[in-house]
Formats: sequence, structure tokens, C-alpha cells
Amino acid sequence: MFGNLVAGIRARWPEFEQETRRRAVRGGIVGGAAFLVLALTGAASLSLVFTFAVALALYVPAWNRLPRGRWVVLIGVILIAVLYPFYQVNMFEMPIFGEFPSVDTGVTMLIFIMMALGLNIVVGYAGLLDLGYVAFYAMGAYTAAWFASQHFSNANVHFGSVGVNPESPGIHISIWIVIFIAAIFTAIVGVIIGFPTLRLRGDYLAIVTLGFGEIMPQIARNGDNLFGQNLTNGPQGINPIDPPGFGDSVHNATGLPGDYLTFNSTFLGHDVSNVELFFWTALVLVLFTVFCSVRLRDSRIGRAWIAIREDETAAAAMGVPLMRTKTWAYAAGAFFGGIAGAYYASFKSGTFPDDFFFNISIFILCMVILGGMGNIWGVIIGGGFLAYLNQEGLGNIGGWMNSHGVSDFLFGHDIDVPLYQFGIFGVILVLVMLFKPEGLIPSSRRKAEFKEGVADQPLYDVQH
Amino acid sequence: MATEQARIRAVPGFRPDPLTLLGLFFVALLLLWLAVNFVKDPSDFYGLFLIGLTNGAVYGLVALGYSLVYGILELINFAHGDVFMLGGMLVATMTSSWGLAGKSSGVLWPLVLVMLLVTMAFCASINTTIELVAYRRLRNAPRLAPLITAIGMSFILQNIGLIWKGARPTSVPSILPTGEVFSVGGIAYTWNKLIVLLFTVPVLLALIWLVQQTRQGKAMRATAQDREAAAMMGINVNRTISFTFLIAGALAGAAGLLYALYITNVRFDEGFRVGLIAFTAAVLGGIGNLPGAVLGALVIGLIEAFNNGLGWATPGSDWTQSIIFSILILILVFRPEGLLGERTPEGA
Repeated sequence: MFGNLVAGIRARWPEFEQETRRRAVRGGIVGGAAFLVLALTGAASLSLVFTFAVALALYVPAWNRLPRGRWVVLIGVILIAVLYPFYQVNMFEMPIFGEFPSVDTGVTMLIFIMMALGLNIVVGYAGLLDLGYVAFYAMGAYTAAWFASQHFSNANVHFGSVGVNPESPGIHISIWIVIFIAAIFTAIVGVIIGFPTLRLRGDYLAIVTLGFGEIMPQIARNGDNLFGQNLTNGPQGINPIDPPGFGDSVHNATGLPGDYLTFNSTFLGHDVSNVELFFWTALVLVLFTVFCSVRLRDSRIGRAWIAIREDETAAAAMGVPLMRTKTWAYAAGAFFGGIAGAYYASFKSGTFPDDFFFNISIFILCMVILGGMGNIWGVIIGGGFLAYLNQEGLGNIGGWMNSHGVSDFLFGHDIDVPLYQFGIFGVILVLVMLFKPEGLIPSSRRKAEFKEGVADQPLYDVQH
Repeated sequence: MATEQARIRAVPGFRPDPLTLLGLFFVALLLLWLAVNFVKDPSDFYGLFLIGLTNGAVYGLVALGYSLVYGILELINFAHGDVFMLGGMLVATMTSSWGLAGKSSGVLWPLVLVMLLVTMAFCASINTTIELVAYRRLRNAPRLAPLITAIGMSFILQNIGLIWKGARPTSVPSILPTGEVFSVGGIAYTWNKLIVLLFTVPVLLALIWLVQQTRQGKAMRATAQDREAAAMMGINVNRTISFTFLIAGALAGAAGLLYALYITNVRFDEGFRVGLIAFTAAVLGGIGNLPGAVLGALVIGLIEAFNNGLGWATPGSDWTQSIIFSILILILVFRPEGLLGERTPEGA
């Protein structure tokens, strides 16, 4: 009887109105999620809530039919993210994954999302495989270290820095300005690197960027004696780096935090810790990056990037200046890498050469590919998820496997899952490429490219 | 008037463009650096030269594998270096479990030969499996897809090595004879170095013979040129590509054995480093070109050894990796066809 029902629905499926189908799918998804949560947590009191949710999903018209409805999801997600520090402590424990990520992990996730969005401009929009993105991250971090620490101890420059003794040596510039300097500086480096190399195509370009990505950490490691100059302080790295903050006068006038590290206040009965300040600031930076990504994508240059990605020869024939357009993609990608690097350095209050291994480039690439190249939502989810796995998730999963006998069953002994993080990311890369090369949440355009195949290989070489 | 000028221009002669001049200047500087170092300390120079030659020969075997695969699929098989590393690990396991360290030479050499065959078969089967599982499905996908898969495969193999032998280097008992063959300027050339070199040269010759003279080689060349046309001519393209991966894997296995026995330790991330160096060598020699790969590997091996050891105006071992990658970048940007290769569309 049930079989007849399914067969009947399947036969009549195309006849249903689109709206009905959508409601059915939504109802199914919400109902399934509800069942899953109920089954896993066993919280019977939640069942009423989920009944309501299913009813809402079925009978409220689709949000995108409401006036200005396209903002609903966006604002919802932003609210969930902004309020995260308030409800994080009260969240239930997930099966296998354990607790929800801490706010500290949240900051790292946001910073990696920013980097993934930057790389997405290069790889996802313009289709240039960059295996050395970590170089831009390192440039940003070291720029922050130069302009906001005691590193250049014979200089004594202070401008808007907070939490620093005015007598202390070194260059101390407000982190907000430093982030901007780092972004511009990294973009310039991107142009310099891109200028000679972007004539190359496909895997040759990938190899050259890999070369830069390998050289950069070595310069960082050996930079304590570069022609007699100490630029990077070698393997010890540069620390401490000044914290962000708005200074006392702004603090007194508006209540914005004067110094993130010493800020102490309560908000709606919630003790605001400095990690939460870092979290919200990172969120603002991510929103800025998302905004720029969307605007760039829809701009003239964004359309030129996509044209180059789909068919370089045809794009050139249509009058797209290849070199200039690709260089812009590099500069834009590097720009956000620089912001992320500088902010991360300030958050960690230090920068160390070991943070910039080749693996990190692949890690960020993995985020872009997992989520779906070219799709902002996809990249955000891919970046957040992998950064979470890297910070907390793998440890939690390993703990769960060891305590539930899964490791014993599979390997005969307890295993240290985070040790094999890059093997796991390798598996993700291979599986995604084999089974869903357009990523988990692809942009429709990119999906079509992978499905129909686009002439990646030009018939003739193009003169630039 | 115009034609006359053109005729004057057409006079044959050496008219280098500024870039070539710059390149020649750079090479001259390099030679000057070597010459000064040679005069200052000849015995040191000889010693480093021999070390460089030996390392270069090992890199050459790995580079040949990169070159073969690139030649046929135009794919940089990032996992190749890690296949090499796994071969080294197998050698480490076999030398210690068979107790080769104290054996007399009458027993040792047959066992080493068996070990070589086992390692080659092991690596060849890994490489072919990778091709079968990961690359074959992506043959018609956009070019970046197999490249990314190769990187993923490289990480997976690295972690297999990590699970197998742990994060610390595994030492391999030294079983190659270290007696002196001959000595140059007071520096002894030992047997363990000569064996490595004696292995690479015949392998290169055999490979050239295979590709140029045999039926299978003809099929490989045809597949490399045009896969569809080759298929229409009755060549089994899948089998030819599998065969290429088989050969490349066997070479990686041989290189793994030589490296493990000569350097006497292996580590899970060694394959990635050596792989990148060998890839640079293959690019330097002209990727897809077999003698070029070995030539490039010898040059890279020498540069590495000289940079690590020479005394005068030398950046030192801290910078070796950077220098090698700078060479890679410069070659790709200014002469993508390498020393002996042909121009390809990637190189603009």
C-alpha cells in the first residue's frame, strides 16, 4: 500500500504546482531534521516546537515571495552569527562532534572564511589555481607585525595604538590602519607576483604559485639576517603584536572598546569577554569581504573573470584584456588574504613562520573546493566547517571514536585523529573531485561548466 | 629603402635579446662563484661535486617518472614523490626484518636484487592503482580537477606513511659498501655513491630505448600526441596510460631503494620534498623530455650540494629550498620549455 502511494506521488509529481512541490520538499526537510534531532537527543519537549516548524514550513509562503524576502535568510544567518556568543554556552552536545565550537574557534573559523573568500576570487571566479595563497596570508601577518609591535626597536613611532606604553620602542600604529596597510601592501605584492607569472596557464601557473608559497615561509624563517637586517626575527617570530582598539577618547564618547584586551563590560546581562570582541570584529570583516565579493562578482571585472574562467580564448577574442583582468583577480584575492593575515596576527598577538606552511594553502583551497568554487555561501560553509574540524572537530571526533570503541574496532588501539588532519583533507579533496567536482553547494553556472565541460584547453595559444 | 634595411637586419649573427643576455650574465656569475670556490678549496669542491652528482642521480630517477606521466597525460602527478617515499619505507622494513646489515656479500647482493624487484613492484602497483582509482575518471574533466586530485592523493599517501612509520625518521641499516673506488684531490669516491650513479644511467638508456624503439613506446608516444587519434588507430589508450604509470611507479620504487640505502633514513614527508625537487628538475630539463629530466636533476643536485657546502659567498643550506624554487619559477616564466624541451601552450 505504501509502495502504491509512493508510486502514485512519483507519477503525479510533475503535475503538482511548483509551490506544492516546494512545500512538500521543505516540509520533508524540516520533518527529517526534527526526527533526527529528536532521535539523537531524545528531547521530547522539543517535539512541539518541531511540529510548529513543520507547519510553518508547509503553510507560510516561501520567503522569496515576500516583499524584500531575499534578505530574510541573509539577516537570519547574520543574527545567528552575531548572537552566537550569547547562546553558545547553552547549546546541546552534538553526537560524535561533541560541543559546539567555542567563540575562540569561531574567530579562527571567521578568519579562515575570509581567506577562503579571498582565494575564491582567484580560483572560483577567475579560475586561476593558486597553490601559494599562504604567501599573502604571511605578508599580511608580517605587515601587522612590523607596524604594530616592538620589532623595529630603533624606531619610535606611535599613532593611535592602544594598550602600548607611549615610551616603548618600535612602530605602533592603530591596528585598523595596519589592517588597511597590510591589505594594500599584499595586493601590491600580488600584482608583483602576478605580473610575470600570469602569462602562464593552468598547471604551470599552479606550480609557480606553489613555488612562491614554499619560498615565503623560508624567507620568514631565515629573515632574521637578511643582508644584515632582521626583518622577521627568524623562527622565534614576532610577538607581542598590539591588540585592536579604538582608544580612550572614542571609548568615552561612544562606548566602543578602547582596548580589546583590557575591555571589561556587561551587555544585556552577559559578560563580554575580549574573545567575543574579536569574534564580532571578525564577523564585520567577513561581511565586508562577502559584500566586496558579491559586488566584484557582479561588476564588469567580475564578468570578465568568469569569461576568462570559462574560455580564455573566447574572452580574449571578445576584447577582455587577459593580463590586466587576471592581475586584478590576484590583487583582489591577495587583498583579503592580507586583511585576514593582519587580523589573525593581532588576534594571536604574534606571527610565527611555522604558521605559513604549504599545507595551509592546500587547506584553504580545500575549503573553496568543498563548498563549491565560485559560490559565496558554499565557500563560507566549506571554510567554516573545515576550520572548525581543524581547530576542534577532529579532536572531538577522535575522542568520541576512542571512547566508543570505534578506534579499537578499526585499528586495534586508540588513535590521535588530529595528527592525520591533512590525510583527511586529502581524502576530502579526492572524494569531492571524483564525485562532486563542482562542490557541495555549487553556483549554478559553475555546475553547468563541470557538467557540460568547458574547453579548458585552448586550441591555439593567445598572444597577450 | 625598407627592403634594404630588412636585408641588413636579416644578416645572420648572434643578436641576443636583453633577457638572454641577463640569463647568460647570471650563468657567468654562477660559474665565477664555482671557480672561486674551486680555487679556494679544491678538495671540498670535489667532495661536494660527488655528493651532488649522486643526489642528482636519485632525483633523476624520480624526475623521469614525473616526466613520463606529464608527457602522456599532461598531469603533474604530485603523488609521485610520496610513492617514492613509500618505496623507501618498504626498503627500511625489509632491510631490518631480513637482517641484511651483517650479511656477507654473496648473500647480500641477491637479496638486494630481490628487494629492488619487490620495491619496484610495490610502487608500480600503488601508482597504477592511483591512476585507476583517481585519475582515470577525471580524464575529460577540466584540467584543474586531476591536478587537485593529485594533491589530495599526495596527502593521503603521506599520511599512510605517517601511520606506517610514525612522525620520526626511520633509520635504514647501512648495507651498501663504503669502500673507496678512486679518489680525486684527496676525496674518496665511495662505492655507495657509484652504485647510485651506475643504476641511473642504464635506466635512462633503457627508458629511451623503450619509448623510442618498442611497440609499446610507439603507443605511448601516439597517446601523448593525440589520445583520440591513437584510440582510432587501435591503441588501447587506457592500457597504455596504465603502463606509463606502472613504469613511473617502478622508477619511483628503484629511486626509493637507492635513496633509502644511500641516505639511510626515511621520513613520511621526505617524498614531498624530494618530489618537488625532482619536479623542478624535470621542468628545468624540459618536462616530457627524458634525457632533459636527468640532466636537470644532475644540475639541481649539484646546485643543492654546492649551496649546502661551499664556503665562499654561499647562501647556505637555509636557503637551498628557496633557490631551487626560484630556479623553478624563473624557468617557468622565462623558458617554460626548459633546457631541452619543446614549447607548450601553457608557457605562453
